[in-house]
Amino acid sequence: METLSFEDAFTQLEAAVAALQDGQLPLERALDYYEQGMKLARHCQSLLEQAELRVEQLRVDAAGEPETVPFE
Amino acid sequence: MLFLDAPSMFSVTQISRYLKEVLDTDDILQDVWVQGEVSGCRLYPSGHCYFTLKDAEAQLPSVFFKAARLRSAAPDLRDGMAIAANGRISLYERDGRLQLYVESVQPLGEGALYQRFGQLKARLEAEGLFDLERKRSLPAQPSVIGIVTSPQGAAVRDMLRVLRSRYPLARVVLAPAVVRGTDAPLSIANALDLLNQHGEADVIIVGRGGGSIEELWAFNEEVVARAIARSRIPVISGVGHETDFTIADFVADHRASTPTAAAVAAVPDMQDWLKAIGEYAYSLTSLIDGILEEKGEALGQAEDDLARFSPRSQLDRLNQRLDDTTALLAERMANMLALRAERLNGIQLRLDSLSHRRTVERGYAIVRRGDGGVITSVAQVQPGEALSIEVRDGLIRATARDTQSPQNEK
Repeated sequence: METLSFEDAFTQLEAAVAALQDGQLPLERALDYYEQGMKLARHCQSLLEQAELRVEQLRVDAAGEPETVPFE
Repeated sequence: MLFLDAPSMFSVTQISRYLKEVLDTDDILQDVWVQGEVSGCRLYPSGHCYFTLKDAEAQLPSVFFKAARLRSAAPDLRDGMAIAANGRISLYERDGRLQLYVESVQPLGEGALYQRFGQLKARLEAEGLFDLERKRSLPAQPSVIGIVTSPQGAAVRDMLRVLRSRYPLARVVLAPAVVRGTDAPLSIANALDLLNQHGEADVIIVGRGGGSIEELWAFNEEVVARAIARSRIPVISGVGHETDFTIADFVADHRASTPTAAAVAAVPDMQDWLKAIGEYAYSLTSLIDGILEEKGEALGQAEDDLARFSPRSQLDRLNQRLDDTTALLAERMANMLALRAERLNGIQLRLDSLSHRRTVERGYAIVRRGDGGVITSVAQVQPGEALSIEVRDGLIRATARDTQSPQNEK
């Protein structure tokens, strides 16, 4: 879970909700989706709240190729 | 009152016509170039443009009719523009208005810039660079945001501030550029090309903070327009001018009025995401509750079914049947016994009747009435009554004469 990107986690969260809405799930699987979904939601939340904007500056290296360096 | 040297008396119409004549036949005034500043410019729906051409000490009402405007492919006039206007000066008698009827206009100084602007704009538009179909939609969740702007200055700080608060998940790649002066256009174009070459940005913001139209002029240059047009990555223009559109604004995939607005347009708001996550979590909870309730009901139903068909209840039902059957049996038995009893009674009666024969065998006779009732007393007989007498070997039919009892003679 920890390595999951925000986009992937969010997509999976949507899928979990959709699965539960389907209404044909056996109880065991429904509970799995619920648990997984809540974990995904918490993960997305903490990713957003802990994120820090990364800023880099672009320039040209000796070979004329673009490279990035930290900004400010 | 009559004057000896009375001056000629003209009507207003006459004098006006005279004035017009004077003006219309003057060589200079028929084809004159006048230089001044545009003021009070008003474009009517008819397409005619009325303005005042003025300088420090005088002003000249002017009109630029639609036909002349189209003919001369003139740029749009705006207040403050310095122009040289060519036309004729005449009198509009109806208003008593002296005005310059403009045939063509030459922008001067700042105005020259506008002319080039107009020409470039027309040319690029004709090439289709401004077409709506060309404009790409912005990515919904960009991971990398490219920015072309000066690395110093308020614009870049403002943009970073907005991006940090709205969408800190993203990564910013800044391609620094000079954004004012003669070096600016090429610098901006090179920065755009470099970002494309680097290739990681999902969207590019190109812009600078507010300033006068001259300061923003780099964004009206063809080299910048071309660089935006050939960018494979969608470009948002954020040139700090609320009302005026630069050429870059027209070519860009999306125009924002300031660098801050451009940053807002580039990324979704984290708050929206947090809200969506909260709603999904709520959905999960209420959905699972619903499912649990549903399963619980189904369970209760199964329990009921189980109770109904359990061995215990089957046993109970069988016991019930047993009781019912037993009762039925008892009833039947009672009926049968009653029947038997009746039959027995019948048999008994016959038996009784058979026991008379023994008496008769011994020599006694049985006297019966007509209806077969046995006579055992004189009281039972009337004289003349028919009787039957049963003896050992048959029956004697007799008639009673009279009766006699030991006590009295009849």
